[in-house]
Amino acid sequence: MSDDKEIRLDRVREFVDKNGEDVWPGGRDNTANVLGEHREVSEPMSGDDARKAMFARSRRGFLVGGVATIVSIFGWRWMSDETKDATYHRAFEFNESVSQFFYSPQRLAPEFSLDRITEARVNGLEGLESELDPNAWRLNVSGLPGKASLELMISDLKKLPRTEMTTELKCIEGWSIIVHWAGVRFSDLFAAYAPGILPAKLPQYVAMMTPDELYFVGWDLQSIMHPQTLLAYEMNGEPLTVEHGAPLRLASPTKYGIKQIKRIGRIEFTNERPRDFWAQPEYGYDWYSGH
Amino acid sequence: MPKQLERKHTLATRWMHWINFPLLAMMVWSGLLIYWANAVYSVKLGSYELFHFFPQWFWDTLGIPFRLAEGLQLHFFFMWLFTLNGLAYVIYTIASGEWRSLLPIPGSLRRAPLVALQDVHLVKRIPPQGKYNDAQRIAYTAVILMGAGSIVTGLAIYKPLQLAWLTSLLGGYEWARWEHFWLMVLFVVFFAVHVVQVALAGWGNFRSMITGYDIVEASSEVPPPAAEGELA
Repeated sequence: MSDDKEIRLDRVREFVDKNGEDVWPGGRDNTANVLGEHREVSEPMSGDDARKAMFARSRRGFLVGGVATIVSIFGWRWMSDETKDATYHRAFEFNESVSQFFYSPQRLAPEFSLDRITEARVNGLEGLESELDPNAWRLNVSGLPGKASLELMISDLKKLPRTEMTTELKCIEGWSIIVHWAGVRFSDLFAAYAPGILPAKLPQYVAMMTPDELYFVGWDLQSIMHPQTLLAYEMNGEPLTVEHGAPLRLASPTKYGIKQIKRIGRIEFTNERPRDFWAQPEYGYDWYSGH
Repeated sequence: MPKQLERKHTLATRWMHWINFPLLAMMVWSGLLIYWANAVYSVKLGSYELFHFFPQWFWDTLGIPFRLAEGLQLHFFFMWLFTLNGLAYVIYTIASGEWRSLLPIPGSLRRAPLVALQDVHLVKRIPPQGKYNDAQRIAYTAVILMGAGSIVTGLAIYKPLQLAWLTSLLGGYEWARWEHFWLMVLFVVFFAVHVVQVALAGWGNFRSMITGYDIVEASSEVPPPAAEGELA
């Protein structure tokens, strides 16, 4: 409206003058309150003219609004499931890169006192259903540049520095439990068996899988090397039970439970982003799933 | 009686308002898909459960069960749009000076109940007001704070290690999730009250949120601050 004029709510001032400042706190000159509000109005016109002018504005407003609504709804419906899935997938990857940008290995998850431990929950037995002979079990570690692959026994792992932590395990379903873990830091295993590899030469990912390869996860290097990422062999003061991932599982407050693979059979360093059980397209979870 | 067209809402306000509607709806919907997987909250009187969030018929009617992954996909995509739109609104409101008619002013808390009483016809006169009455000032400011609260509690659940300080500030992971949930409930309550109030305020008021303008009495007839209704 070119001929707008500005009207102060002079009536408020009159009101304040007549009734006293306590009725309109802030007083007549408080510019932060209603006295500072502007109004933009057209020249006075007859009721008919006003209705006509309003009708013209309404037509345009509702037309634009209607078109925007219809385009959004039909655009959404017209978009194929593949396009949508690809979009969400890209969003996950974008969120991952934002997370990695702000990531600092110095930040630690809170640790709790032992009396805060809560009842353990079993959730997910993928990869645990085949028989396992604990004596025949070996941990296969491969993919380190310039190193032959390793076959480790649980006694080899127990010779490495033992780390204990009481941390919160968060399930992607939304619940959490506090668990006391004992095991060896992934980074300690790495330091013991692959000293002298320059960080720049290290593969960017770690793939892990159960001996039957029915469950498998992929980790980014910075999360797997986090000081609170353990290859755990004890849980709440007892050796791991089968359903909690005996003889060796991952325990880490850096990612959801779906990434903390039980009954690890193989660890492989790789530069290719490893496949991950729950991130497969038919399930559609976030590959990174990092805290 | 001469009339005038009054500009009620700017183009920017209207776009951001209407864009927020589907975005908030999407955040609530995807949030429900996620919450279903661990639906533990309820309203209790002592040990007696008054209402569980949510009863089985609610889940079944809306077709929510077993869609956790889809919920996460939607939530972590639309969160960006929801946040950016909210941020744009806050920046715009500050820069344009519109905050003046939106923030509570001294005495708002005292006068807001009078507005509510007038709403239910228990008192005749609405307290003096500008563009928005004191109940609106409080509600429209609160809903922005709720948006900020949802983002903050959401971040605390999303990144409880990298933002561990924030998560513990909110009382820990489980409390942050609880807070995030109740903020959602508050949003739904806000929406319900908002829709009822808009319906009661009439067509002209609703139309002004789409066209930006409304017909008012001419300036010599600017309603005195103590008058009822007209500026609502």
